[in-house]
Amino acid sequence: MAAVPERPTRPGLTRQAVTFGRGLLLPALAILTALILGALVIVLSDPDLVTLFGVDPVAALGASWDLVAAAYGALIAGSIGNPGDLVGALAAGDLDAFVAALDPISVTLQRSTPLIFAGLSVALAFRSGLFNIGAEGQLYLGALFAVFVGFSFPGLPFFIHIPLAVAAGFLGGALWGFIPGFLKARTGAHEVIVTIMLNYVAYRLIDLALKTDVFQRPGREDPISKEVVESAALPPLIPGLAAGVHWGLVIALIAAAVVSWLLFRSTKGFEFRAVGLNPQAARYAGIDTGRTVILAMAVCGGLAGLAGTSEVLGSNRRLVSGLSPGYGFDAIALALLGRSRPLGVVAAALLFGALRAGATPMQAATGIPIDLVVVVQALVIMFIAAPALVRGLYRIRAGRTTGTEVFSKGWGT
Amino acid sequence: MKLELQGITKRFPGVVANEGVDLVVEPGEIHALLGENGAGKTTLMNVLYGLYRPDEGEILLDGRSVTFHDPGDAIAAGIGMVHQHFMLVPVFTVTENVMLGAESTRGFGGLLDVADARRRIVEVSERHGLRVDPDALVEDLPVGVRQRVEIIKALYRRSDVLILDEPTAVLTPQEGEELFAIMRSLARSGTSIIFITHKLNEVLQVADRITVLRRGRVAGTTTPGTTSREQLAAMMVGRSVQLQVDKAPSEPAGTVLEIKGLVVCDDRDHVAVDGLDLTVHAGEIACIAGVQGNGQTELVEAVTGLRPVSAGTVTLDGRPITAHPRRVFEAGCAHVPEDRLEDGLVPGFTIADNLVLNSYYLAPYATGLRLERHAILQRAREQVAQYDVRTPSVFNDVANLSGGNQQKVIVAREFSRPIRLLVAAQPTRGLDVGSIEYIHRRIVEKRDEGTAVLIVSTELDEVLALADRIAVMYQGRIVAILDPAEATPERLGLLMGGARPEEGLDPEAQEIAAAAASAG
Repeated sequence: MAAVPERPTRPGLTRQAVTFGRGLLLPALAILTALILGALVIVLSDPDLVTLFGVDPVAALGASWDLVAAAYGALIAGSIGNPGDLVGALAAGDLDAFVAALDPISVTLQRSTPLIFAGLSVALAFRSGLFNIGAEGQLYLGALFAVFVGFSFPGLPFFIHIPLAVAAGFLGGALWGFIPGFLKARTGAHEVIVTIMLNYVAYRLIDLALKTDVFQRPGREDPISKEVVESAALPPLIPGLAAGVHWGLVIALIAAAVVSWLLFRSTKGFEFRAVGLNPQAARYAGIDTGRTVILAMAVCGGLAGLAGTSEVLGSNRRLVSGLSPGYGFDAIALALLGRSRPLGVVAAALLFGALRAGATPMQAATGIPIDLVVVVQALVIMFIAAPALVRGLYRIRAGRTTGTEVFSKGWGT
Repeated sequence: MKLELQGITKRFPGVVANEGVDLVVEPGEIHALLGENGAGKTTLMNVLYGLYRPDEGEILLDGRSVTFHDPGDAIAAGIGMVHQHFMLVPVFTVTENVMLGAESTRGFGGLLDVADARRRIVEVSERHGLRVDPDALVEDLPVGVRQRVEIIKALYRRSDVLILDEPTAVLTPQEGEELFAIMRSLARSGTSIIFITHKLNEVLQVADRITVLRRGRVAGTTTPGTTSREQLAAMMVGRSVQLQVDKAPSEPAGTVLEIKGLVVCDDRDHVAVDGLDLTVHAGEIACIAGVQGNGQTELVEAVTGLRPVSAGTVTLDGRPITAHPRRVFEAGCAHVPEDRLEDGLVPGFTIADNLVLNSYYLAPYATGLRLERHAILQRAREQVAQYDVRTPSVFNDVANLSGGNQQKVIVAREFSRPIRLLVAAQPTRGLDVGSIEYIHRRIVEKRDEGTAVLIVSTELDEVLALADRIAVMYQGRIVAILDPAEATPERLGLLMGGARPEEGLDPEAQEIAAAAASAG
């Protein structure tokens, strides 16, 4: 037998791929299990079907299958679209039909955009040992700052106006993140409590601002802001689909890349992660843990602020008090599902965006309420949070625990 | 009760933790189980305690074969274990802790019979000299007393075989002596004791018989009368080991570290370091000997910039330090902290990242904000090789290394740059003989390069082996400075316990005493 050359100590590409694949296995199984249980919920919430099971189980099983297939079919059609339409349009050379067939994907990507930003915010916090429950409030502050710049300077060229508005949005969120960071570093106030409370402050602050002349649209009694001018609006990414995905997605993907670099390739990220994993040792090694916590929270806030920014500059072009359907809270789930990795967060956000995009068409097609999607989301999170459950279900042996599974330190200071 | 383990083999994926281990413990015998970290001592005891099922072999109690499915079975069969990390509820009283899981009840409702439990605890503790207040809250008790509570817990459950896992690791020498007295008393009354340790002196002092494990197998069984420290160490490590640190006389040069009138408060704002003076010269090892909790931790934290100074000065080469840990680091001070995993390393980080934990922001490891991965990895590979860190790669999580290798990572990080002062607290705590030898050699090397070395240790062996000068710390002050040649363990023990030094003081200590007197 030929001598086996000594293996290099650096993990080769294959080993990295294996590690990566192993990391995907658990989330994939969690999603699968959630969908199966979601199917059960669909069946059980149909009283006629439940009765039928008592009379003719075989027929009931068949009917259940049909119902679940119809529901999930509509969900997929609503979020990804019909590949047949795409291919057909391509073959026929019909550009309009092709763009129309892209519509479901466009909506999915649009819904995913704020989720990516908010998910990155919570993921970065987890990596720094912080639990950011305040992404929702930071999102609103970002939206407030961005919308102000967005409607305030008509006449600016777009290549100045858009970056300015985006920067303002980041700043607004960063300010709302700085406060809990500062309080934690200086007084030991736990960021979970402070960020939760700041969410309420943010809601009311938005209500208040939208009643002032500065923000409120002239001639309106309800809380709605002035319209973002064209030069500050994020244009649609697919020409011809004005209502769908916009350039906010590109900014979100850039943000994911930047966060990835920041965390794993920069000295600041080294500090964030060191403080996140062992603040005591970080302090012994000369890292200023207080400043690190403040900076990390400010950056997290800024990222969440960009979620609000992309909504007001891209999808909505105005700020209303119900701007976010809870993106900031979904973000916690996204960070968990994506294992606090930027790429994982993007993938998780695409999944949640697809579920949200497909929910309405599903309800229209089968009468199954949108809430099913919420149930599926919740189940995914539950299985992610209880990896032992999934491992037990599918008889997977537990891997070696690594530090990357530590999301956040305990609830004490 | 006579305990026999026959041919115990326990395999884990990729590792054979125990292979064909035979062990016989006679009734009333203190049987020491000696071995390096990772030799399989704990696995063997976990098999005995029902935490693991052996792959092969069997356990016999008084000649009867038994099978334990969980610790409950083992406890019912009369086996008790005192873990290295205590399993106590801090906010419960001693009585509540002892009865937890074995509650006495009375009446139909299953009411707790605390009075009965308390009576039995007092009975057990009086019989064996296990002094403890049954009504004290566990969180208020010192470590040594908490250990007694653990022992009482085992005896309360009528254990005939008592397993003590590294019981002296957390004790002062005096507390250790008390523990040995208790062990002998228990053995006299017929309890068999398995005493797990890697400290050679203790084994020779207290054991009736000694079994040495090496790499999962029995390396030999012997008795204290027929063996020596050197023989035991060789059996543990598999080669002969240098127990005495081999060092030339020190050649102290100029003053490097100078501490004057230092006052430092602990976390509860009590004065922990109380007007301390000390100088350490280049090229000498100064050891601070003292019982844990006499201000050593606070002293080290103050010197390394981790704890604010209330009064006094600390200078390194004449420049004041004690501001921020990073400034102390940049002034040329290396620090090997007391608690490896809490203070010295970031578990979850790779070995490579831990090796640059304090220098990641400096060239060549960073350019501006960018980390230079190549430079970091290259340095890591060099140091892993140079300091003999046993690991498959520098990408491994430092948490998966053995204690000795973790300490080597810290030593590699702290020693491999030009330093003026080395501060090391308990540098070999919990390490095996081989690693201790290694770390000691490296410290002496640093001294010989002209570094001033300040060691804080509660292990007298270590102090006597390493020190060029011994400073005894008691209640926040240096109470005596001794030449190691004239320091005996007895004399040090007395001074550490607070006895006044009457005679034969070295001139510097007399100066300090005089200064203190004139200041007071």
